[in-house]
This record gives sequence, structure tokens and C-alpha cells, in this order.
Amino acid sequence: MEVFLQQLVNGITLGGVYALVALGYTMVYGIIQLINFAHGEIFAAGGYMGVILISWMVAQGYPPFVCLGVALALAMGYCALLAMAVEKLVYKPLRSSSRLSVLLSALGMSIFLQNGLMLTQGVYDRAYPGEMVQGGFEIGGAMVSYMQVVIVGVTVFLLVALNGLVFRTRIGKAMRATAQDKTMSALVGINASRIISLTFAIGAALACAAGIMVGMYYGSVRYDMGFVLGVKAFSAAVLGGIGNITGAMLGGLVIGIIEVFAAGYISSEYKDVFAFIILIAVLYFRPTGIMGENVDDTRV
Amino acid sequence: MGAPILELRHVSAAYGRIKAIKDISLVVHPGEVVSIIGANGAGKSTTLMSICGVLPISGGEVYYDGRRIDGLAADLLPSQGLCQVPEGRRIFPRLTVEENLDMGAFFRRDKAAIEHDKNRVFQLFPILLERRRQHGGTLSGGEQQMLAMGRALMSRPRLLLLDEPSLGLAPLIVQQIFRIIREINEVDGVTVVLVEQNANLALQASTRGYVLETGSVILQDEARALLANPDIRKAYLGE
Ligand SMILES: Nc1ncnc2c1ncn2[C@@H]1O[C@H](COP(=O)(O)OP(=O)(O)OP(=O)(O)O)[C@@H](O)[C@H]1O
Ligand SMILES: [Mg+2]
Repeated sequence: MEVFLQQLVNGITLGGVYALVALGYTMVYGIIQLINFAHGEIFAAGGYMGVILISWMVAQGYPPFVCLGVALALAMGYCALLAMAVEKLVYKPLRSSSRLSVLLSALGMSIFLQNGLMLTQGVYDRAYPGEMVQGGFEIGGAMVSYMQVVIVGVTVFLLVALNGLVFRTRIGKAMRATAQDKTMSALVGINASRIISLTFAIGAALACAAGIMVGMYYGSVRYDMGFVLGVKAFSAAVLGGIGNITGAMLGGLVIGIIEVFAAGYISSEYKDVFAFIILIAVLYFRPTGIMGENVDDTRV
Repeated sequence: MGAPILELRHVSAAYGRIKAIKDISLVVHPGEVVSIIGANGAGKSTTLMSICGVLPISGGEVYYDGRRIDGLAADLLPSQGLCQVPEGRRIFPRLTVEENLDMGAFFRRDKAAIEHDKNRVFQLFPILLERRRQHGGTLSGGEQQMLAMGRALMSRPRLLLLDEPSLGLAPLIVQQIFRIIREINEVDGVTVVLVEQNANLALQASTRGYVLETGSVILQDEARALLANPDIRKAYLGE
């Protein structure tokens, strides 16, 4: 029971992070039907920007929560700009080309960004400052570290904020309208290019936050960490029904929890495999994802 | 009559290699209701899409309110008062009825006035008020047409382009839609361009009409004259 609870806590922590990254895949897919392979690299770039900013600020002696808050805000802004630049320079010129061309450019962009990270940051792990958030508490035999509390707190905050943005605000409605019918959205005065750009920015900002939290959780980042996590988050998006925002959140949580349980009860060596097994199973048995076609109200 | 609100001069447009409209010239004056009638595939919808900048034109010029608008991005026109209800209504299926209306006012920032206009739309179409939280895609065809009209009105148009507003609707609903077209024209002074299969209905509601055949204007006249024209009666009014 204690082990179970412990796994659940760990699974939720990890799953929330997957959800944050999955949202970027699902939102971009919803609006331009592109699987943005470079999204995982934005996540990694965010992790690096985080470690650079946090290390510097910790060295200046700022309190941990100031470091984290400021680093999150700045790094998210940086990643949003990076993703907007990628979209403008690489994807936008191909807007009227075949989907395959854009897909291949995304793949190329992923390789380019990953190598860029390797060349500028090196091939070795880069450690997050250890003294950031320490300690924890116990409930029902499960250890919950304050770091986990911070991670889950930030994740929940971002997920709620995103939901509010997409489903309550004027811009969020315009995003959904653009995803549903670009001609009609132009006819009501919505500039699709701007909305697409914004969608990339939001997805990147969320992935960046996830990168920082993964860095803090595991204690380090690496230039190629976006690859495996990217595929897992993509699996989460597919599991939730690609294009579906609530689905991506649920999918992320499910993948995170399954991964942790499978690692605990089956084999930790193969923990990365389970997400892919789920991906294949979903594509085989239920390609529309768990949210399916009939609960499609939260598709963008 | 004063300056036209809309003028097309020798406009042509194509889908790839398929020339859909050729050398179309047309003038609409403020306050008018002008119909464009013609058989399936005559180029009526293409003409409206060309005016709105959705389909780039390959020749000619489009003037709105005295300014040349061909080449402008489509999304810049609604805020100028040029608004289209396209063929097939194109309701945003997974936005609620109310959100669809909000999108009609997307470029507007005058919150109180938007709220006022929304209430007016709900007065014109009470069924939309009842269905306001329902997804647009779940409405019936007639309700969707009402929503499309309502969404257009939310932009406070000065020139409204309507593409087959009666398509697939029961006679009673058609009457209601046309009553509202007349009302917004007469009361709010909105100029209307009406594309219709139902030429009889359209011409009766119009001041003037253009007849399109295989992408070109073959005839233009006062609506009454067109209604009395034996050739038109034979070709388009089913006699
Ligand atoms: N997206 C498209 N791609 C290629 N050809 C098109 C496209 N849309 C229309 N066309 C062609 O352009 C011509 C004019 O079509 P348009 O839709 O303007 O006709 P219409 O007068 O509106 O007809 P209807 O009364 O059936 O709506 C037709 O020959 C049609 O086949
Ligand atoms: Mg048509």
C-alpha cells in the first residue's frame, strides 16, 4: 500500500510534466495538423535556460523561490520566442506545401536544435543547483518531497491558466475558431498567422516550464533529453486524442502514472518502453484516443 | 446616386488552372439590395470570395467604399464593415452558439455595445438564446443559418454579402430570414448583396440584379425588370 501510494505520487508528478509537453503537440496539431518534432528540443532548451538562470541567481544569493519564479518567467519567454522564430522561418514558408514537407522540416529542425544545444552546452549532463528546494513530508507512508509539491503546484497552475486562456478568453476562442475553419475565421477578422504563432509560443512556454521541472526533479539536464520525453509526451497527446486539450492533460497524467508503476512493478530498465507500447496500442485499438470522437468538445 | 459602396471592375479569378469568373463588373450603391443569380457553378460564390480577399483575383480591381481592396488580406475587411455569410454557413462547430456570436465581434473592443448587439441578435432569433450554450455544430440547418446571420450582424456590417441564405431551409424559415434581411436593410441601412438559387425570392427582395452564366455577367437590370423578363423567367424562375 505504501509503495502504491508512493508510486502514485511520483506518477502524478511525472505525468503533470508530460501533460505540459503534450499540450504543445496537441495544440499545434489542432491548428495546422503538424506533428512538431522540434517540440521536444524546445523542452530541452527550456531545461538549459532554466539551469543557466537558476545557477546564476542562486550564486547571487537570491532566495530559491525568487530564483525559480524569475527563471521560469524568463526561460518561458525565451522558449516562446524561439518557437515563434522556428515557426516563422521554417514552417510558415511551407504553409501551402504538402504536409510531408513540413513534417520533414520539423524533423530537420529537431536535429538542428539538438545539435545546437550539444555544441553550445556540451555533451555532458548539466547539474541543477541541489540546494534549491529540500526536505519533504510523509503521508500514509509515502514520501512527498517539497520539490514534488513545487512541481505539481507549478504544473497545476499552468494547466489551469491554459484552460482559462483557451476556453474563456477572446484570443482562446479565436484559437479554437482558427483550428476549426481558417477561411471562416479570416472572414470574421482573425489573423490566422498571428494565432498560429501564438499557439507555438504557448506550447513552447509550457514545454519550457516542463524542462525546468524535469531538470529540478532529476537534478540535471542533457542536450538530448528532449527526444525520449518528446515521444512520450507525443504518445500522451495521441492517447488523449490529438488536437484535444483536455485529452492531452489526461493522457500525460496516465502515461506518467503507468510509467512509474510499470517501472516499480515490472521493470525499471524498460520504463521508457511503456509509453511506446501505449502509443502503439492506442493507434491500433482506438486511434481517436481516450477522449474519442463523441467528447470532442475540448478539441481546439 | 452617390458613390458606390462596392465596385468590381473586370474581375477574374481562378482555382489553379480552372477559370471560375471572367471579367466581372458590378456596382452596388449604399442602401441597395442587389442579387446575383445564376445556375450551379456560374461563379456566384467565387465572386463573393474574391470580393472578401479569400480567393486572390487574377485580374481586375475591387473597390470598397472608394478604396481598392483587392490584394488586402481577408481578415482586414470585417473591421471595415464588409462581412460575408458564406455558402454552407460555416458555423464554428465546436464553439458554442454564444462563442460563435462573440467571434462575429472579434475585432471590436466596445464591450457594452457588443453586449447590446448580442441581445439584439437574441431578440431577432430567440431560438439562439435558448441554445446559447450548445455547440454550433449541433444546431439544425435553419438554426445554423440564423446563427450565421447573427454572427454577421455582430460585426455591425455596412455591406453584407449573403451566399444562399435560403439553402435547404423550410419555407417558413426562409420567410423569416428574408424578413430579417429586409429589416436590417431598411432599419439599419445595411447594404446587401444576395446570392441565391431561388431567383424569384431574391429578386423580389432586391432593388437590382445581376445574372451570371459560366463565370460572366450576362445581364443586369432592375429587379422588377428581371422578374418580368421572359428569358429570365424561363431560365431561372422555372417557367
Ligand atoms: N475550390 C475549388 N477548386 C476548384 N474549382 C472550384 C472550387 N470552387 C469552385 N470551383 C469551380 O468554380 C466554378 C464556380 O463555382 P462557384 O462555387 O463560384 O459556383 P456557384 O455559382 O456559387 O454555384 P452554386 O450555386 O452551386 O453554389 C465551378 O465550375 C466550380 O466547379
Ligand atoms: Mg455557390
